[in-house]
Order: sequence, then C-alpha cells, then structure tokens
Amino acid sequence: MIPVFDTSCPVAGRSGEPVGAKLAAGTRPRIAIFSLTGCEGCSLAILELENELLDVLGAVDIVNFREGMSERDWNIDIGFVDGAVSTPHDEAQLRRLRECCKTLVAIGSCACLGGVNTLKNAQPQNEYRGYVYGEAARHFPTADARPLSAFVPIDHELPGCPLVREEFLRFVKCLLGGRPFRLPSYPVCVECKRRGNLCSYERGQICLGPLTRGGCDAICPSYGRACDGCRGVVSNEALKAFGRNMRTQYDVSLSDVLERLRLFGAFQESALP
Amino acid sequence: MSNITIDVKEVTRVEGHGNISVRLSDGEITHLELAIVESPRFFESFIRGRLYSEAPHITCRICGICSVGHTTAATKAIEAACGIVPSAQTVKLRKLIFMGEQLQSHVLHLYFLAAPDFLGVGSVVPLARTHPDVVRRALRMKRLANDLCQIVGGRHIHPIAYQVGGFTHFPTSAELRGIKSRLEEARADLRETVELFAALPVPDMTRDTEYVSLRSMRDDEYAFYDGEIVSTRDPSPTRVADYRLRVLEGVRPHSSAKHCHSPHAPTYAVGALARFNNNHDRLHPRAREVAARLGFQAPCSNPFHNNTAQLLEVVHCLETAIELIDELLTAGVRVEPRERPRHFGRGVGAAEVPRGVLFHEYTLDDRGRISDANLIIPTGQNLANIEADMRCLTPTMLRDGLTPEAMTQRLEMLVRAYDPCISCATHFMDVKWE
Repeated sequence: MIPVFDTSCPVAGRSGEPVGAKLAAGTRPRIAIFSLTGCEGCSLAILELENELLDVLGAVDIVNFREGMSERDWNIDIGFVDGAVSTPHDEAQLRRLRECCKTLVAIGSCACLGGVNTLKNAQPQNEYRGYVYGEAARHFPTADARPLSAFVPIDHELPGCPLVREEFLRFVKCLLGGRPFRLPSYPVCVECKRRGNLCSYERGQICLGPLTRGGCDAICPSYGRACDGCRGVVSNEALKAFGRNMRTQYDVSLSDVLERLRLFGAFQESALP
Repeated sequence: MSNITIDVKEVTRVEGHGNISVRLSDGEITHLELAIVESPRFFESFIRGRLYSEAPHITCRICGICSVGHTTAATKAIEAACGIVPSAQTVKLRKLIFMGEQLQSHVLHLYFLAAPDFLGVGSVVPLARTHPDVVRRALRMKRLANDLCQIVGGRHIHPIAYQVGGFTHFPTSAELRGIKSRLEEARADLRETVELFAALPVPDMTRDTEYVSLRSMRDDEYAFYDGEIVSTRDPSPTRVADYRLRVLEGVRPHSSAKHCHSPHAPTYAVGALARFNNNHDRLHPRAREVAARLGFQAPCSNPFHNNTAQLLEVVHCLETAIELIDELLTAGVRVEPRERPRHFGRGVGAAEVPRGVLFHEYTLDDRGRISDANLIIPTGQNLANIEADMRCLTPTMLRDGLTPEAMTQRLEMLVRAYDPCISCATHFMDVKWE
C-alpha cells in the first residue's frame, strides 16, 4: 500500500466556528493553497501572476503552500484547492481541509468538474490500473475522479484548465474589499465575438463556446483552437439552445459533441436535447 | 550510536507527492526509500480511444510546469505515427517556446525552490521582505519567459496554438521584436543571477553515475528539441524510436511512478546535469564562458551540481531564444496551414524537458484513434538514482558527524537538486531518535 501521510493535515479544532465566516475587520486574510489529483498547473498559474504577486503578498498572509514553502499552518481563512478527488486519500484530505478552512475555493477544471482525470471513469477500474501498472496494480488504490463538490460543500469555484489568472485576481480583490464574487453567467461566445474571432463552426470545427461559461476571454478560439468546455456548462438553457441551434444548423453529431464535453468532465446528467 | 529514523512526508513533487524514509541502526542503513505517494493519473490508459490530434492537448495536463515539454514529446510522437514532417518555421517556433519553458522552469527552481535552502529561510515569502531585489529579479525573469511562451503558444501552462502539424496562431513581428529587446535587457538580470548562485556553496559528493540524454546527430545544437539517445557510459547513439533498448521500466510497490534502469547500470540520471555531461561542447559560447569562470567541467557526477547545470542552461536558453527570434524575423513569420496525416501507425517522440529526457509513444488505429500509449517521465527515470545517491550520501554524513537535523536537510536538498517536478517542498522533515 502507498503510505498515507496522516500528519500532513491535522484536523484543526475549528468545528465551533461557522464555515465561510467573514473576515474580522482589519485582519489580513490567512491564505492556503493545496493540491489533490492534478497537474498543479493552477497553483503554478497563481505563481505566474509575477507582476501582481508582491502586491498580493503585501495584502494577505500565505500560511500553507506546500509547493512553494516549508512553513505550514492549519488555521486558514481561505483555502484554494486544485486537483480532483480520485483516491480514498484525496477524499480524507479534502474532508480535513473543509474543517481547517473557513472558506474553501475550488480552483481549476479538476477541482470544479473533475477535469481530464474523469476520462478514466468511462473505463473499468481493473482495466486502467492493469494497463498502467500490470501485476502491481493492487498497490495503487484509486476511485472514479470527482469534483470537490461531490464530497464537501464548496464556497466558490474558479474553473478553467488552467484557472484564469485575471479571474483569480478579481476574486482576491473581492475578498479584500468585502464584495460578493460571481462568475460570468454568459457563454464564451460573448467574449469571442467581442474579440472579433471568426466563428469556429465556420472553420468546420466543433466548438463548445456556445454552452461554456465565459470569463476566459475566449482564449482558445483566439489562438485557433475551438472551445473544449474547460470552464463547465454555463446553464441548462445554453445547453438546450446549443442542441436546438448549433447542432442542427451545422450538422454536428451528438456523439462528437459528447466526446468533447467529456474531455474536462463538463458533461452533466442533463443530456443534450 | 542510537538508531535514527528520518521520515519526510511530502518531500517534493514527483508529478506530485513523495516521502523520504531512512532507518539507521548503529550506522548501518536498514531501510531507505523515496516513496512516491502521488495519486496515479492513468493517462496512458484513458487516452486510448481519443483522436490522434488530442494527444498533446490531453497529455500536457500531466504537468503544469513542463506543459510545453509534454506537448512537444506528444506532438512529435503523433507526427511520427502520422508521417507528418513539420515545416522549418514550425520547428523554429517550437524551439522558441521550448526555450521559454526551460527559462521559466529553471528560474522557478533556482530562485523559489533551491535558493531558500542556501539563504536559510523556509520559502521565497520571507525573501520578499529581506531580499526584495532578488525576488523582483526572479519574478521579472519568470514573467519574461512566460510572455515568450504566450506570444508563441497563447499561454505557458497548457499551450493552445501548438498543435499536431503546425501552429494555429502566429506571433507578429512587433511581438517578436518586443520580446527580443526584453531578452537582451535581461542579460543584466542574468549576470546578477550567475553572481548570486556562483557564491552559494555546493555540497560535496561524487558517485559514479550513468547520465542519459539526447544528443543531436544532425547538427551541432545542444539537444533540447531533437536528438538521439546517448549516455556517459555508452555514447553510441540510439534512435528515439528504439528507446526501449536504453530505458527499462519496472514497478515498485512504494512508488506510483515507475522506476527505470538502463542496460549499463541499475540506475541512471537525466536532467540538466546529464545534458551538460553529454553536450557541454555545444553550449552557447556565453554559457561556456560562465562554466569556465565557475570552474565547472564535464564530466561531473555530483548531483548537487544539477543546479549549476541549470544555471548554465538559463544563459544558453536566453541567448538561443534571441538567435531564434532573429532567424524568424529575418525569414518573416508566415501564416501556414497545418500538415495533415498521411497514414496512421506507431510513433515515438522525445524531448529534453527541464527535468530530463521525456518519451511519448503512441499507436493509432486505422481511424486515427489512440490504441496504445506509453509515457516515460524524467522524474520517474531519476527516482532509483536518487535513492542510490541517498544510500551513498548517508554514511558520509554519519562519518562527518552531522546532526539528524542537518542530515535531514541535506537529504532534502539532494532530492530537490533533481528538481522533481515543481516544487513543493521546502523543509518539513521530521527526524526521530529511537
């Protein structure tokens, strides 16, 4: 068995305090960043805010960030978590983080949707474990990959593969200013049109922009790749309209659309009409 | 002498989480392992059935730091499987974004992960207060490297325009000129960087090691994007397509990353030091100047000097990026259509990503869907070698009378010198006296 690092995240005695409690006036928020199953690209994306990082560090205290520092504290106001839950250990770790963090924020497609990890869910477990590890597969416990919200309540989600740095900054500013934070409620197409891109469908591509949550400034279509839905489905209405309009107008097969939707786990129970 | 137990939880990322554990009884090692407790990802399995063109797009999600590296190895493997030969401009653009990733990754490792060890702090956070100029310089260099990746690929983490057959977006001359002048200005930052790291003491250690890397047989480039497999024990080149002759894989129960050995040694090392040992004659003259000034010579088998080799590569990559931009500007960047597959078969692709040589292998069915995949990650290749180094280092530390705390820190520095995927780690080892 893979050893489980029990001491890495002690259950802090914080159960008496309400989850997501507002910051006390005048205090610096105590921030932490954690990773479960994923590429840690979202944690890295935060480090890629090079021009703003020193300002952010001037306004908050980073108290726990395994990737970048040795100091580790478990009294946490806001915990950011990237990666999906895909092992029993991930699940135990996440439940402890929920206890330690007053506000828990899922960052990136893996944490918000399950991400590319969910592609394995379509295969029988014995098959994918055996394919990679052969006879030794029994040493490596795993489970279907799921988003954080399948296990514990999540206060905010910042989706995207990787997360959108500007959106993370906007979240931090809302946090410091005590303002509410909301994700855009319109699809990627809105931003794509504003950038003046030729529609991917006119180039013969299947694009999930019409049903995917905006906020990425349509970065993929702007660099020549159709949207893969990494920020999740924006609304059931968009999903239905997509089925009505785009699929019929551009003669796109449902199976091709579903294959694209599965890439980042954006596929939801409410199937396309 | 009492028994000593060293347990390091989550020492450092190897595609994630790793633990060190060492047991010493009367000066003898009774147990030693670098356990890899990262959640297994199963990319090789779940990518089966997906379309050939998605391979780079999906597998770059293995690693946020060397995302361009995975994109490169996967793209080259798929192109080999499809009979695609990319255009000269495509190859230049790929090499350019590759230089950006090397720079960003090495700067991150040297400044954010390695330097705190030498400056006696837990992380870069206290350095922001005590050494603000150093931190600003590191951030400035990292920003530049990321901006370089952005104008070519759309972004550094999970590039967009870098696709099978070619690019889907092209940098403008103005963007290239802008980055070039910033790269030229960054030479001042580079000099400061060399001064800083040249002054830091490198722990002494030597262990006869096989160093494996690519070496170009086609031209005299320092191999990053292309080359054939060579090593310090066997310099005769092996084609990348035959990588299984040189890289032999096995599974260990304590590691979700597979261990590797070679036909010549039970363990071997990949990474910046391996590249330096095999290709030092091809470093950019400015990087060779720095090597001469530091008195750093090949062959070097002190694993702690991987940091020094990274430092030389930072110089090399910055100068190479400037030259590549000059070539692109001279030729003029044209909008080119992507090359289409001619057939579907089996292909292997390799690239020297920041942490060492990376292999991707795919087999495609007759509809262009992936039926088999095998990926060999640099850190996986280094794991057994790191354990061998730990076995070699531990008795010398005992002989030198190091305290358990100092031993723990030295072992962590050793693991960190290999730069096993980003990061994490700084100092959180517990040493128990029994």
